[in-house]
Parts: sequence; C-alpha cells; structure tokens
Amino acid sequence: MDSDSFASVDALVQGLAGVGYIASRRIATALYMSVHLQKPILVEGVAGVGKTELALSTATLLGLPLIRMQCYEGLDESKALYEWKYGKQLLYTQILKDRMGAELADAAGMDEAMERLHGMGDMFFSEPFLEPRPLMKALREDDGCVLLIDEIDKSDEAFEAFLLEVLSAYQASVPELGVIKAKTPPIVFLTSNNVRDLGDALKRRCLHLHIPLPEASLERRIVASRVPNIEERLTHQLVGFVQALRQMDLRKSPSISETVDWARALILMHADSLDAAMVRDTLNVILKYEQDIQMVEPQVSELLRTAQTTP
Amino acid sequence: MQHQMEDFIRALRAADVKVSPAESIDAHEAVARIGYADRELLKDALCATLAKSEDEVARFDRAFDNFFARDPFDFATPPPPPEGGEAPPPEARLEDVSEEAAGSELAQIILAGDSTALSQAMERAAQAAQVSEIRLSTQKSRLTRRLLDEMGVAEIEKIISQARRLEGEGGNALADRLEAGRKIVAAEAQRYVQRQHDLYASESGRQLREELLARKALNAEGGIDPVDLQVMQALVRKMAKRLADRYSRRRNRARRGHLDVRRTLRQSMAYGGVPFNVVWKTERVDKPKIIAICDVSKSVAAAAQFLLTFLYSLNEVVDRMDAYAFSGRMIPVNQILDEHGVDKAILEVLKLIGFQQTDYGRALQDFAENHLDKLDRHTTVIFLGDARSNYADPRLDIMRTIHERSRSVIWLNPEPESYWNQGDSVMNRYLPFCHLAKTCNTLDQLERIIEDVLRQYVPH
Repeated sequence: MDSDSFASVDALVQGLAGVGYIASRRIATALYMSVHLQKPILVEGVAGVGKTELALSTATLLGLPLIRMQCYEGLDESKALYEWKYGKQLLYTQILKDRMGAELADAAGMDEAMERLHGMGDMFFSEPFLEPRPLMKALREDDGCVLLIDEIDKSDEAFEAFLLEVLSAYQASVPELGVIKAKTPPIVFLTSNNVRDLGDALKRRCLHLHIPLPEASLERRIVASRVPNIEERLTHQLVGFVQALRQMDLRKSPSISETVDWARALILMHADSLDAAMVRDTLNVILKYEQDIQMVEPQVSELLRTAQTTP
Repeated sequence: MQHQMEDFIRALRAADVKVSPAESIDAHEAVARIGYADRELLKDALCATLAKSEDEVARFDRAFDNFFARDPFDFATPPPPPEGGEAPPPEARLEDVSEEAAGSELAQIILAGDSTALSQAMERAAQAAQVSEIRLSTQKSRLTRRLLDEMGVAEIEKIISQARRLEGEGGNALADRLEAGRKIVAAEAQRYVQRQHDLYASESGRQLREELLARKALNAEGGIDPVDLQVMQALVRKMAKRLADRYSRRRNRARRGHLDVRRTLRQSMAYGGVPFNVVWKTERVDKPKIIAICDVSKSVAAAAQFLLTFLYSLNEVVDRMDAYAFSGRMIPVNQILDEHGVDKAILEVLKLIGFQQTDYGRALQDFAENHLDKLDRHTTVIFLGDARSNYADPRLDIMRTIHERSRSVIWLNPEPESYWNQGDSVMNRYLPFCHLAKTCNTLDQLERIIEDVLRQYVPH
C-alpha cells in the first residue's frame, strides 16, 4: 500500500489530486478514517457527484485492483459471492463413476468397498469447483483490493442482510467449505443514491460520507483538473452558470459530471467564452429533461449575467 | 477527554442523531487516531463515524459547533486612573486579607485575569455539579447556583467583605476588582448552563411535544393548533416515508411447489440437459391499489384537515391510489394532491368542495355513476368520515355493491364508537358492509391503522 498518501489527511488530499480527484477535506478525512479503522465507507449523494469516481481514484492511488459489483433488484449470493461450477462437477462425477468400477472391483465385500470409497477423498465440493463472484474475489485478493459495491440501495433487503457478514468481519461462509476469511481486508466502498433507506445494521457497520454538490471554487478546480486545456475564463463562466442553475427548481439539477461533460463539449466546439447562443445549443449536455430545458432556455441571458457577477 | 466524548455523544443523542454503543467505540478509536488538536479534522472524522444520513450530518454539525464552542472569557482590566487625579493607592494583596483568601483558587484566577484557567475551573465545577444532566428549562437557575457554589463563589464573597474591612484604600480596591470579577464569573456560569440546556435539553423538549401531539385527538374543538400544525405535518411526512419504505417496493416471492418448466429446461441446457437448477414459479407481489374517499363536510369540519392530511400521506405512500373528497357531491382529488404541497392541497380541496351539507347517499351515488368501474377484486376502499348523513337516504344498496365488488372496505371514523349510532350517524347501518371499521383520530392510531391496512387488507 502506498502508505505515504495515507500518513495524514493533507497528504491524502494531495495524493487524490495527483490521480485527478479533487477532494474536499471531509471526503479525505472519511477515506482516511475508513482505511485506518478498516471500516467500509458508505458514500451517499445525488447522481454524478463522484461517488464511484472516489473508489476508482483510491484504487489508482493505492495501485490496487478494483473489483466492482453493481447491485440491482434480484441480486443474490450466487451472483455476488460464489457459484458451483455445475458442468465440471457433472463431469467429475462421470469420471468418478468410470473409475469406481476398476477401483472397487477387487474389494472383498460391501464393507470394504465403502471403506475404500471413503478413502478416495471427496472432491465434489472443493475450491477447484468454486466459481468466485465479486465478493469472494475481493476476499481472496491476498494483497488487498478496492471493492466497490455500487448502488446498494437498488438491491433487496435480504441481500443487504447477507452483506453484513462480509462487511463487518471480512469473511464469508460457504456451507460446504466453511468460512473463507480475507488475508488483507479490502477497502470497501458502498454507494447509494437514496432510492430507499438502508437498514440501520448496515449503516452502523459503515462510516458515512455524504458528498454534496461542490462550491464554486472547488468545482472550478475539479473542472480544471478533469479538462486540462480549458481556459480559466471559460471555467469561471461555466461553473458560475451551473451554480446558478442549481438555484433553480429543476427536475434534475446538473451535477459535477454534467459540468465536466459540458466543459469537454465546449472545448470540442472551440469556445473560449460563453455566450447565450452557445449555451442554448449545448444546454442538452447539462439538462436531461425536456421540461428543464424549456424552463431554462428563456432565462439563459439573465443566468449568464448572474454567472459573470458571482465571485 | 474520555468524559468529554461521552458528553458529546449524549448531546448528539439529544439532538436526534442515533449513536449506538458500537459507533461510539468507533468514535473513540477515530479520536485516538487523530487527536484533538485539529478541530476541523476532529469534526470531519467524528462526522464520518457518527452521523449516518444527510439529515444527521446537518444535526451533527450544529451539535458539534455548539458543544465545542468555547468563547474566551472577557476580564475587565482594572480601570485606568482618573485623569488629572492622583494615582490610586496600591491594591491590598490577598495575603493581607487572610490566610484563607490567599489559598482561594478562584480569587487568584480573577486577579490574574486568566481566562483559560477560569474555563478549566468552570469545566471541573460543572462536572461536580452535574450540569450536563439538565433536562428541563426550569432547572437552569438551580444548576447555575450549584455551579457557582462548586467554583467557590461563596469564598470570594467572604474575601470581599473581609477586604472591605481592611484599613486603608487598598482593601476597597481589591474588593472592587473581586466584585467585578465575581459578576463576570456569574454571567459566564449562566451562559454556560444555558448552552448545556441547548445541548442536552432543548431537543428532548421538542421530542416530548411530538409525542404528545401524536396522541392528541385531532378532531378536538378548533381543529389543530396552528403552532402544532407544522410539527404535525412533519410527523405525517416522516410516517409516510417510513410506510413507503416498507411497502412500496414490488417483491417477487418464490412459490414453493410450482415448477417453472420453461425456465428450468433453459437453465439445464448448460449441464447437458440435467436439471441442476430447479426454478420455481414466482408470484409478483402487487402494489396495493386503494380507493380513498374522504368526507370534508361541515360535520367533520374539525377533523377534515386531519383526514385530508391522511389522504395526502397515503397518496404519497401508495402509487396506485384514487382519492375522492365529498360533502354533498363527490369529486376526484388525485390531481390536486399530486400537484401541490400538503398545506396548499388541503386548502384547495376544502375550497372546492369543503364544509357543505353532508349527503352520504348522494355522494355514493356520484361514485356509483362515475367511478364504479375503478373497483375490482384487487381494490381496497377506505372511507374517511363520521357517517353523519343529515337523515338523508344512506343508499345502503350502493354500499353493498361496493362491498361486493372490492377486496375490502375499511371505514375510519374520527368519532369514538359510542357515538356511532347517535343522532344522524348511520355508521351502524354501514357497518355490515365494512371489513374493518375503526376509530381514528390521533396520529398514533393513524399510523397503526395504515400499517394494518397495508399488511392485511391489500393483496400481497
């Protein structure tokens, strides 16, 4: 593990900036605590504020593999933890059957045959036949890894309960084999869009981090880091405009990912400053609903003016 | 410091941030890791370990700032000598007064003007006086007095009177400075206790009010107190969210014993036709379908607001709900409930149709003529009203039709059962056509009944 970056919160902020993630101190502190206390971290916030990105950046920073599990309704342990390789098990039993006749042919009686059968060793439920799924893979990474459990709120309550063992003890029980324990506990991120409230038991086991929409200065730094060759004046106008949009009563306020996309789009169009016509043409990059676009369009000039005046 | 963390966690709990023992252990570990030196760091680290939702983060921030606020004490320096006058005589020293006085810690602190030492002394005294155990605002003055006693203010008063008796001007000067210092200490103690009250007690007062409100009969004379209205609506919203969480998701349930042949065969193809995975048929659990009919006439005027609030929260919880309101005639109000916030929606409905003469028969007839097709065997019908029909024909025949066509009929009546067949109430005549009829006039009852309704009387 790149322990330098995790020596202090400030070092972590810089480390993350080095891999292109501009973090506020609160984000860095939460991550710092999570690594040092070995607790999973539950990241909440509206779509597009960089929840998933935080996990990706942490993996890059630490040079660890990232194992990602997307949650959805109906996700169960055979897709999340492990599955038996049925086909191979089937072949195994067939081979076993073929060999058995030869092995047992000279057995004196039934008792001896059974004795030998027990002596042959039971492979049927054993590691080679285990098909590891994301959680199991994460537990078996000997040098540790970053495990991202994305959109946990989309999964069922039953699955949430099933996760508790993995999250608190970093181990999983396979009934046929016993308990599989992680050598190096993975760094676990869970993300949630608040589709539903998560259970208290799960929340209790995690550190909690809520990522709000950023302030203008932070957002400018994020844009500058993500879109390297952007002019400072354009960044200023663009962020000011998006910040003004967030004050409005929209169905879906633009979040950071939209700001960054917009900045990239404007660079593609060789814009070096914002004007009303340009904004109208590219409004569909930041607003995702027709009603929102219709509502904003007439006010574009005015919003641009407020964007200019904001510090 | 251990002690301070425990106090802080208590303050958090008082501020409605749920902190479990395990989480407080986490918090202690976090503090052990980062120390107390950097306040912002401490705040962020504790926030990550203790506050577990967006609301809680906001409440945590408030409690933290309040708890760790330590404004420096302001000691008045001795007044400058009056202009043109001669320099004041040198002050007497504590040792001149008495041996006891020389030993008084507080007196020394005051004379030295050492605010850090004073705040430490106050902190110690507060622990001894158990100021943080404050629960009610009426305890404030008593606790302030206890705090001052613990700090040794009585001693100071003794020293002052002794100093005044000393010979020469010096004694008086000393007494004046001690007096001024004592006043500052007293004021600080008062502020300290006030802050402790804000931290530990103000929220519990609010919780108490919420609890009382939840049990208050909402059809009492004059309806709901405007002061309480906001709290109540917040309560209703909380309740609606809780219920929505539990019931609005669609669930698939495996039906044991019914083989899904098609999917089993498809799955078995990977294994050479051996059906390793047996797939059972699942049942899709339907979201509840509800028709709610709400009486907003004159006779339920006091309760109308409450009933509509209920209707509103139900509308938020249940996706497939049709809402109707009536006094004399019946109108669908779904659109109004969807478009407006709770206050506005209630006002709109009342403006449209509220407070007219009740006629249950007429309203039922409207329903039968226009909306009867909405009823099927999956529908639960909920009536909200007092069944006081001004002696008009109650149209029991329509009620029977509704009863026969729907899955269940539930009647929630704001009046207690003993009133149900008095005066113009036809409740008892409607009763045979209801699967469930209950009194419902407090928020507590309301929540319990909605739970019942969702659990038993809607298909699942």
